[in-house]
Amino acid sequence: MLGYTITQWLFGILSFLSIMFGLMVVFSRNPVNSVLYLVMTFFCIAGHYLLLNAQFLAVVHIVVYAGAIMVLFLFVIMLMDLNQENEPQKAWLIKLIAGIAGGMLLFVLVGSLKGSEQLGLAQYGSSQIGTVKNLGKVLFSEFLFPFEIASILLLAALVGSIMIGKKDIK
Amino acid sequence: MLTFIISKLIICVVVFAISLAVAAYSTWWERKLSALLQDRVGPDRAGPFGLLQPLADGGKMFFKEEIIPNVSNKFLFILGPGLVMVTALMTGAVIPWAKDAYIGGALYSMQITDINIGVLYLFGVVSIGVYGIMIGGWASNNKYALLGAIRASSQMISYEIAMGIAVIALIITSGGTLSLREIVEQQDAGFANVVWQPLGFIIFFVCALAETNRAPFDLPECEAELVGGYHTEYSSMKLGLFLFAEYINMFISSAVMAAFYFGGYNFPFAHELYDAMGLADGSKWIALIGFGAYFTKIFIFISVFMWIRWTLPRFRYDQLMNLGWRYLLPLSLLNLGITVVVEFFRGNLHF
Repeated sequence: MLGYTITQWLFGILSFLSIMFGLMVVFSRNPVNSVLYLVMTFFCIAGHYLLLNAQFLAVVHIVVYAGAIMVLFLFVIMLMDLNQENEPQKAWLIKLIAGIAGGMLLFVLVGSLKGSEQLGLAQYGSSQIGTVKNLGKVLFSEFLFPFEIASILLLAALVGSIMIGKKDIK
Repeated sequence: MLTFIISKLIICVVVFAISLAVAAYSTWWERKLSALLQDRVGPDRAGPFGLLQPLADGGKMFFKEEIIPNVSNKFLFILGPGLVMVTALMTGAVIPWAKDAYIGGALYSMQITDINIGVLYLFGVVSIGVYGIMIGGWASNNKYALLGAIRASSQMISYEIAMGIAVIALIITSGGTLSLREIVEQQDAGFANVVWQPLGFIIFFVCALAETNRAPFDLPECEAELVGGYHTEYSSMKLGLFLFAEYINMFISSAVMAAFYFGGYNFPFAHELYDAMGLADGSKWIALIGFGAYFTKIFIFISVFMWIRWTLPRFRYDQLMNLGWRYLLPLSLLNLGITVVVEFFRGNLHF
């Protein structure tokens, strides 16, 4: 179709949708709508993972981000009852500074991507690395140490959040 | 290619129709069973034994006045019940309904799709299923609906964890596969998984009750405190979709439990029976008998769901959270530890 393969079409459509939903997160006035647009963005990103042959990552992305974390976001925002009337209006100077700072972050991110193709990313196995079996084997053999470190980090964060949440610490 | 697409389309439509039909007749069976338990007659006016009652109920739902609250977010208000229904129907896609069979010389799979991450797909769909209830409850702009929605989401997130760990133990028992077909197939020889996973099955069952918002965990629609819970403001068929989705969820979770723990379309002495009947592998009669065995198990599970609803009183909210976090989660971790040790000595762990 028009000289492009189906994969390229899918990539184009998914990229357009994820950027559009990402912009809608920022531009929508209602915080609940923002959260729902963010959920849609996560679905589009999961689609990108599927295109990269990483089914496990795609499904876990949906289960963890869309299914658990964003539900908690929605939960908190619904409880806080944010309305458009009591939304604080920022001064134009702050808006300008925020715009410039955000633009510079974008500049840094785009700059870091330039030249990444010369890094020569390591190829692990075949194109089937994204399946559960291959990913598990690589994670628990070659990358066991960083994997365990990451899990200890998560455990520490878990214990820390429980401590903060406690009312009376003995 | 064309026959593949047509065969898949046919099986999609069949699974869709079966889900709706089973859900419709579950409402009838629920009313009949509750009547039996309470020594009443139950619905008996529409057709013989009240068999046309689900049609009458559906017709009534469609002809009721439809009210959308003025102050609500109209788009999200309509999206809510639709999302609940879509996610309820999506889960049927990975369930293997029967053995492969030759029909007209070609081998057909009795399953919409056998993806190698079927179990994860189920969890993904279940975890986004809560959005429908949350969006619907919030968009109603009613405090009871909002409280119901918040209860539903916290309940589903809490019980998903214990359920996930119980399923990890099950996956270890069934040799580390995430495909539902392979989980069912490996129970063909030897025992059903429930023999190796009795505790895991109980945890999964309790969590399934909580995930489908069935009694004794139906706090999101607790009428004593919250009027109607998350669907307080809904009327007409939108309310019908919420109620109907609950029955589809019950049907699908019964099917998943039967496949995970009770061998799906396998049953004891199946091969002896097929040999006695002189049926070769891939015969459509084998598929049909297996389908019947699977549906018998599903029917028993649905009946147990209903039996529990009409027997047990509702939990208090703090009791629900205590049960989920302080009892089921540690129990599921214990079950996982025991499973690893048992499977190590059975020689099922590969390094």
